[in-house]
Amino acid sequence: MPWRLLKYGLKSSHNEPRFFPEAKPLKSHYDVVIIGGGGHGMACAYYLAKEHGITNVAVLEQGYIGGGNTGRNTTIVRSNYLTPEGVKFYDTSLNLFEDLADDFDLNIFYSTRGHFTLAHTDSAMRTMRWRAEVNKHHGIESEVVDRDFIAKEVPYMDLDCAGTHPVMGALYHAPGAVARHDAVAWGYARGAYNRGVEIHQKTRVTSIRTQGDKVTGVETDRGFISCNKVVSMVAGSTPRITSMLGLETPIEIFPLQACVSEPVKPFMDTIVVSGSLHVYVSQSSRGEMVMGASVDPSVLHSTRSSFNFVEGLTDQMIDLFPFMSRMKVMRQWAGMSDITPDFAPIMGKTPIDGFYLDAGWGTWGFKATPVSGKTMAWTLANDRNHELIEPFRLSRFTDFELVGEKGAASVGH
Amino acid sequence: MTSRLDPQPLEWLDRSETLSFEFEGLAFTGFAGDSISSALLASNQTLLGRSFKYHRPRGAVTLANHDVNALFQSSEEPNIRGDVTPLAAGMSLTACNVNGSLEKDKDQIIGKLSRFLPVGFYYKSFHKPKKLFPMWERVIREKAGLGTIDTRWDARRKAKTYGFCDLLVVGAGASGMQAALTAAEQGLDVVLADENPHIGGSLDYQLANDDSAAPIRTALKQKVQSHANIRVLPGHLACGWYTDHYVPLLGPEGIVKMRARAVISATGVMEQPAVFRNNDLPGVMMASGAQRLVARYAVKPGQRAVVLTANSEGYRAALDMLAAGVEVAAVVDMGKADSRGRWADELKSKNVSVLEGHAVYEAKGKDKLKQVVVAPFDGSACNLKLAREIDADLLLMSVGWAPAAQLLYQAGSRLAYDSTLEQILPQELPSGIFACGRLNGAFTLDQRLADGERAGTEAAAFLKDQPLPAEQTDCRDTEAHSHPWPIVDHPKGKNFVDYDEDLQLKDLVNAAKEGFDNIELMKRFSTVGMGPSQGKHANMNGIRVLAAVTGRTIDQTGSTTARPMFHPVPVQALAGRRFRAERLTAMHQWHLDNGAQMMEAGAWLRPEFYGRQEERAQAILREVQAVRTGLGLIDVSTLGKIEVMGPDAGKLLDGAYTMRMSNIKQDMTRYALMVDESGVIVDDGIAARVAEDRFYVSATTSHADATFRTLSRHIVEWGLDVRLVNRTGTLAAMNLAGPHARKLLAPLTDIDLSEENFPYLGFKEGNLCGVPVRLIRVGFVGELGYEIHLPIESAQLVWNTLMNKGAEYGIRPFGVEAQRVLRLEKGHIIVGQDTDGLTNPFEANMPWAVPLKSKPWFTGKPSLALLKERCQRTLRGFMLPKGYSGELPKECHLLIDSGDIAGRITSIAYSPSLGRYIGLAMVDQPLAGSDRMYQVRVDSGALVPLEPCAIPFYDAEGERQTIDLTEVA
Repeated sequence: MPWRLLKYGLKSSHNEPRFFPEAKPLKSHYDVVIIGGGGHGMACAYYLAKEHGITNVAVLEQGYIGGGNTGRNTTIVRSNYLTPEGVKFYDTSLNLFEDLADDFDLNIFYSTRGHFTLAHTDSAMRTMRWRAEVNKHHGIESEVVDRDFIAKEVPYMDLDCAGTHPVMGALYHAPGAVARHDAVAWGYARGAYNRGVEIHQKTRVTSIRTQGDKVTGVETDRGFISCNKVVSMVAGSTPRITSMLGLETPIEIFPLQACVSEPVKPFMDTIVVSGSLHVYVSQSSRGEMVMGASVDPSVLHSTRSSFNFVEGLTDQMIDLFPFMSRMKVMRQWAGMSDITPDFAPIMGKTPIDGFYLDAGWGTWGFKATPVSGKTMAWTLANDRNHELIEPFRLSRFTDFELVGEKGAASVGH
Repeated sequence: MTSRLDPQPLEWLDRSETLSFEFEGLAFTGFAGDSISSALLASNQTLLGRSFKYHRPRGAVTLANHDVNALFQSSEEPNIRGDVTPLAAGMSLTACNVNGSLEKDKDQIIGKLSRFLPVGFYYKSFHKPKKLFPMWERVIREKAGLGTIDTRWDARRKAKTYGFCDLLVVGAGASGMQAALTAAEQGLDVVLADENPHIGGSLDYQLANDDSAAPIRTALKQKVQSHANIRVLPGHLACGWYTDHYVPLLGPEGIVKMRARAVISATGVMEQPAVFRNNDLPGVMMASGAQRLVARYAVKPGQRAVVLTANSEGYRAALDMLAAGVEVAAVVDMGKADSRGRWADELKSKNVSVLEGHAVYEAKGKDKLKQVVVAPFDGSACNLKLAREIDADLLLMSVGWAPAAQLLYQAGSRLAYDSTLEQILPQELPSGIFACGRLNGAFTLDQRLADGERAGTEAAAFLKDQPLPAEQTDCRDTEAHSHPWPIVDHPKGKNFVDYDEDLQLKDLVNAAKEGFDNIELMKRFSTVGMGPSQGKHANMNGIRVLAAVTGRTIDQTGSTTARPMFHPVPVQALAGRRFRAERLTAMHQWHLDNGAQMMEAGAWLRPEFYGRQEERAQAILREVQAVRTGLGLIDVSTLGKIEVMGPDAGKLLDGAYTMRMSNIKQDMTRYALMVDESGVIVDDGIAARVAEDRFYVSATTSHADATFRTLSRHIVEWGLDVRLVNRTGTLAAMNLAGPHARKLLAPLTDIDLSEENFPYLGFKEGNLCGVPVRLIRVGFVGELGYEIHLPIESAQLVWNTLMNKGAEYGIRPFGVEAQRVLRLEKGHIIVGQDTDGLTNPFEANMPWAVPLKSKPWFTGKPSLALLKERCQRTLRGFMLPKGYSGELPKECHLLIDSGDIAGRITSIAYSPSLGRYIGLAMVDQPLAGSDRMYQVRVDSGALVPLEPCAIPFYDAEGERQTIDLTEVA
């Protein structure tokens, strides 16, 4: 038994320090206001305090910490993207993830599982090879594997998919991992809080004040705060924030749904994704099968669940894993994906002085949490875009230097 | 000895059928109608399972699908809910999640270590040193999880059906039945669904011995079952509420996808446990659980009972126990008996001792309840000086209720805490949603009936768009049926708030103190409510605890989101029957008969090549050569085929495609390139002018449906007078290509094939082999060729004729692979292979297809105007050096220039015409603009040189398009 647990047992009372502060009044001024208390917002606050010594920071969260897409994603971390920009960015993220538990002194259950992206068609096989080659070029462990390899690693999968669209091969990404999503947000929040950052839950931003083209503060449902810099890290709520400033982005909101099964004993160590069948699945440390599918087909600003999602998902899932027909779906939910035309995020400075954007995370926001926080903190501190996020600048949509990550999205869009 | 009682008036058992089964290797019997748990309890097997974390002994608690510590494992299925799963003959069951046997579970040791495992313990340990975490993770994963799955299990699927009704009433208890009846009387088409196999709800167990309820029950059941407007669906679980009153009902035969116009939730309340030390021992039950056990299964829950209560229901339960022959040692009332109505008097008259102002402090026993420690209770703590022990093997908890409000929450209702009833009640319901019964605070039978009638009336008025009756009846009770704080602390803990997750009172208190003092954060940190029952017996007390710790009200504390499903739903029922559309062309059987190897192309099956798999390369080569030197015939029926008709047809195509289509001459065709708004190539095909107001457009196989959708959308957006017909499925198509094409066709058709009358890119309608066809002079594969489009009924006849008559020219059928080689020799792209999600026409080497100057507007033009000047990469041709014999590059291998990625191969194949490997590569600037050799990195990591060369590789002048070989080769 680890020492830490022994210590808890020997203590007569439970005197653990708080993770997060108790609710308290807002100050009248902060150097930086972060809108959104999810993983990205908390990570940004954490790195602002830790690496740039900026601690007069308020994180404003309309709900509770990590209650948006941070707590709704399927927790997969990987870096096998298609574009060099994406690969470099997500690889930095993955490396940061690997050390987070140490950094936080909090177990985020970072578990390297190996990640298979199945190919059921010739053209999917070509895309897999493309991704593998780009990945390998940048030193990422990623390779195209054949049916025999998959059969050995995932012996219980029906590679014939019950007779239609059989698996032809896969992109295998050994470092692919899962992590406890909530803990990532909590770890960042605790680290930021301990360094002096203020976290205000149940605090909604109602408008952003500007003078000329410069931000001067934010109005909230708890009063006005003056500040020099505001960063929006609100995923599916991005259009609500940018519209306060009349800032146009090409982001559209599509619901993305997921579900979990009742827990069962561990049998699945790998993460399996099939873009053709629109499914992805891994087994959580609690034993639940965590399953997702494509984004919903039309724009909707809502986290409602739909029945046809779970019908379609389970139908396809049985083709890959026939035995899962005997399991039960316990719970389903949805998040709001903020999707850009080139399936890459929008990060960094905007035409409004002092307003920064971290958005367009679509279905890949969780895995970018550390790197997004780190590079956005750098960008806020230095008032210029960090080199890793330069390709993701908002202006690319007007000067047509798109990034093109569609081919690396896990599932169809 | 058995605990089976004499037949009960409303029991679910069929005593004529005895069922034998095995549990943990021992033989048991039960009756048809038993659940697994009831049959085991009837045989005095009170230990039914072990808890999730500490492996504590657990028994039956609710018998209402909430007993997630009585889960069973069979060789067919994991996590079987014993409390509601019907017993079947021959079942062989074991307990779930035990190490060793149920009796001697080795993991009980974890319970002893519980003080070392504080709330959220796994977040605070095991991560140092980092390299040991994978080992710890394995241990944690092995201990977590419940049942075991066998990965050899085959797929099971249950068909789904659709259902429609005016009004869906969920819950067939007193108020639900009355609501259904009232609405049905108004002429509505009503469905009444209940998750239990029999209707009646709590009328049948809680009021089983109530003489005044009996005639009402009989009448209600008889009326709803015989009413012409009511369909009664017992055994159907409402899985969840989805947009527009869509409520899937899980029944024994599968899911009924019910679409209602309005929904009444009469789903009742779920009894909540009291929290005290060892409140999880087998023998400690909900009072309603014991009543279900007696009334439904005729099982005596114990010999000697203590009833802990805070409402009149507890007194009724005590009376029911007496009636079932259970000795009632004491009723422990957390409040005063005088507010419990006539039942208290009745009980006192039977000399049962009633301890008012008392609570249970602790339950004692090892694997089964032996004693109950009771003590005076002041509303928050026990006075231990006056504690006493009572011997008992049964402890009933009747201290409060939580609404089964999941459907209401999912529909977007607002609920609020009512301090009169000490219960969360509906406040604001969305349009078309109604609630009645105990869920709505109506507790007496009269109130429930009145509330059901009110809800039925309101639903009928809503559906008929009539005003509501002016007099709104309030049917809510005026006395509390729940205790506001049914929670007793104990220094040694083991007072469980969540049975699923083994969470004790202190775990929740500590979570809140650590900052997880928002209900959602507390749930996520402590896992309260995350187990298989989804908090049905834990959330209410969890909210009460958090409210107390933070000094907030219940409403300020809020509740977690009630997500579907209500109970877990089998994957096999959700998935339904397997249906995979598979599209076959008219010549499919011919292809099979002639040795074609078929490949999937979206939903279609197409011949990849003809011949044996082991001679794939030679077969493809033969087919290529046939086309180049003689004749080839390929089935291209999978191409999209769209008829575009109307005065604005030309305008539509002008807007949708890059090149001008409105000026195509009659009987001519033009290449049709479609880009999206950002200028990215999405589809290509050809457009033919059939008449002044009529075009015929083809699309690629994979994009055919999307192109049809895009055109349809444009018609609406642009307000055009155009009609589209998607003829992809009704027309077949084949391409006859090769230098002998014209010679073969000429005698078979009435169309004048002469170069003057029917030039390259021409289009004609006429007859071929006596059937009407459309012919298009195409050049995709680089030879004189005719694409023949015709109704699928006549396709096989024409195909056969061409194959027979073409024999003298050496005709061969050719497949997709040969076509890929042939078009590559001509340098024609395949959209999606040679292009990617960002490729624009300039990059694809097709500036000629982008008339920026001559065309004022088309979809994507503004983007392309910008992109023209900043072309980052270009599609280029290449060849492998003559005589190259090393490792072959593959499609999507990367070009490397000075160590950096400089592009990728998009197509590569051996060209029999050139005797060399040729290909296309998307090459980045500046390499693309240079004359330098390319280098491609192959699988081994070696760099292979490529010679850049001009496209096309073959017949650059297009002379083959008009060639007519006069002699047979």
